[in-house]
Amino acid sequence: MNKVVKKEITVLEDILGSNKKIASEIRKKLEERGILTINLMSSPGAGKTTLLEAIAERLKPHSRMAVVEGDIETERDAERIRAKGIPAWQITTGGACHLEAKMLAKIFPQIPETLDFLFIENVGNLVCPASYDLGENLRCVLLSSPEGDDKPKKYPKAFISSHCLIITKADLVPLVPFDPEKAKKEALELNPKLKVFVVSALTGAGVDDLVEYFRSELLKLKKADA
Amino acid sequence: MHELSIIASLFDILLEKAKEQNAKKIVRVVLKVGRLSGAIPDFLESSFDIYKKDTLAEEATLEVTAVPLKVRCAPCGTETIKDDYIFVCPACGSTDLKIVEGTELLLEKIELEV
Repeated sequence: MNKVVKKEITVLEDILGSNKKIASEIRKKLEERGILTINLMSSPGAGKTTLLEAIAERLKPHSRMAVVEGDIETERDAERIRAKGIPAWQITTGGACHLEAKMLAKIFPQIPETLDFLFIENVGNLVCPASYDLGENLRCVLLSSPEGDDKPKKYPKAFISSHCLIITKADLVPLVPFDPEKAKKEALELNPKLKVFVVSALTGAGVDDLVEYFRSELLKLKKADA
Repeated sequence: MHELSIIASLFDILLEKAKEQNAKKIVRVVLKVGRLSGAIPDFLESSFDIYKKDTLAEEATLEVTAVPLKVRCAPCGTETIKDDYIFVCPACGSTDLKIVEGTELLLEKIELEV
């Protein structure tokens, strides 16, 4: 009879290490091409696609941008971006609540070598996307005014892991119980380094400042690369 | 709720380690899960129980050690456990804090039958 031998092994391995490895490879390749990659995260309906449309109108005359869209189902968002004359790829996760680096790696060969900005619109969800590095340089979390100014502390990881907070639907602030200063204060308590922008994609308010921020970050990347 | 995705990644590592050791069974799996890892221990446990069926870990138990969020103040070096998510140093008031623990999602150890 075979004797049962038990053996304990210490592993100490990051469970999401393989995602981080793929993400690092993607980031390196994109940086070598001088492309600034921006991961947009928010709950569904915060206005990620509408903001991207407004950004596209401002960036398109001077810069080359492309968009990767993440959704559970449908090509709708990619179609909206393509209608602005911007190349866009849709990743449908078929149920998964977030994008992972390996999903991006699959479409990576289709991304043009000569680009300035690559935007990744994550699946609408303020929780799970925050755990997955996609190889971005900048992570932006969107919070729309109708969602309420108490959200940062309820979903801390999204705000702690981001570089930039974009408060959207500023045009609705007079109509809804949302205090932009309170939202800002909560978010900055979580992450004092957050850059905060208050925008309305509908009226265009604040969008120029945001685009200027992206341009300055691209310049930093190109300088660091040179 | 992405714990099933996390468990799928965990099993990639578990099965590889078991193969390396020529293990007959995986009997115990120990994880370290940070407060700010984005994963919830209860959901990890239920996802593990779903995923382990028909694998070498079918009879394995999962132990999750929760790790609180610990920060260190860059200017004064004070270490604090942050439950309130207010990133201000209680000793000197600085907001220049570095997270030292609490974001990890680690496979710490496994026990195998070889």
